[in-house]
Amino acid sequence: MDILLNIIYLIATITFIVGLKKLGHPETAKKGNLIAASGMGLAILGTIFIHELAVPPLIYILIGLAILIGSIIGWLIAIKVEMTKMPELVSLFNGFGGASAALIGLVEYSKNVSDVTQATTIVAGVIIGAITFSGSLIAWGKLNGSLKSVVKIPFYNPINNLLFIGIIAFAAFMIATGVDSQLLLYALLASGLAYGVLFVLPIGGADMPVVISLLNSLTGIAAAITGILYDNMVMLVGGILVGSAGIILTIAMCKAMNRTLGSVIFGAFGGGEAAVVGN
Amino acid sequence: MTDFLQFIEDNLQITYILILSIFVGIEVIKSIPAVLHTPLMSGANALSGVVIVGAILVMLHADPADYLALALGFVAVVLGVLNVVGGFAVTDRMLQMFKKKK
Repeated sequence: MDILLNIIYLIATITFIVGLKKLGHPETAKKGNLIAASGMGLAILGTIFIHELAVPPLIYILIGLAILIGSIIGWLIAIKVEMTKMPELVSLFNGFGGASAALIGLVEYSKNVSDVTQATTIVAGVIIGAITFSGSLIAWGKLNGSLKSVVKIPFYNPINNLLFIGIIAFAAFMIATGVDSQLLLYALLASGLAYGVLFVLPIGGADMPVVISLLNSLTGIAAAITGILYDNMVMLVGGILVGSAGIILTIAMCKAMNRTLGSVIFGAFGGGEAAVVGN
Repeated sequence: MTDFLQFIEDNLQITYILILSIFVGIEVIKSIPAVLHTPLMSGANALSGVVIVGAILVMLHADPADYLALALGFVAVVLGVLNVVGGFAVTDRMLQMFKKKK
């Protein structure tokens, strides 16, 4: 049984690589997307049905229900959305992926807190998942116009950096002491969410695609980290693929706009001087 | 430092896979036309929905009496599926648009 699942994961991983490769060429892109999608479907079905756990029927029903709800909503949104609104939709979906990673961390934390390696992966998953979730929602809001395009906060840069250092210190404290406190974990989640908001808020609307690509890459890293937690190869390789390909793609998108990644992320702090250089 | 070396030794296989995967990701994306940037981002986004596998594992391992874990796992599965299905479907639509233009 175990071998069968591992072979399925191996096939799925290969479809991810081949699919991503084909997505990079205009003639094969559509096929590449289908290949990757079928690999994903295979991995999901394999995970649900191939294991030796004694799982009560209720849980199968819940999983089936969750997949049904998610598929129908996801499919309907994707089919109905206007062409011009697609980038913001990608951002929204990406945020959901990040939220999923964060939720997994919330459930797994108290079970694995005694093991430093496991606790580290869980805490990292919660933080990265939270940042991508709130960041992607802000990006989504900016692109659909419900958020004002540039929000100026005084002392933005120091506040943001302090918060980031604070989150890292907080996470290190939790891992080092191994405290089994859901409250602290939720506080960590909340600070990750706050950082995601602060990270994306000052970035201009025109730079949003780059930011979405960057957040997408982060979701991949969150997935990979969760893969380490479960010792699950398809999550690990799939996540890392998205993570590294996403960063290369982000840089390529910056280049296409004649800007550097630094000027997109930090340009907003400097009163837009980087944007002037770019133009 | 010794802890770190011990960690590498214990997880040698995963470390190799990690590093090789990073390079595969970089190679696969290298030199793609700018028109495909957005579909590729969308496709990669759908792939990052692979966290759904973890969400399903949470549900499978959950204690049926632990309602909080079940609820969180349930939401995680819904969100993960949204990411996967929505992501692939949107990518497909983007690529259709791309073909019409040509």
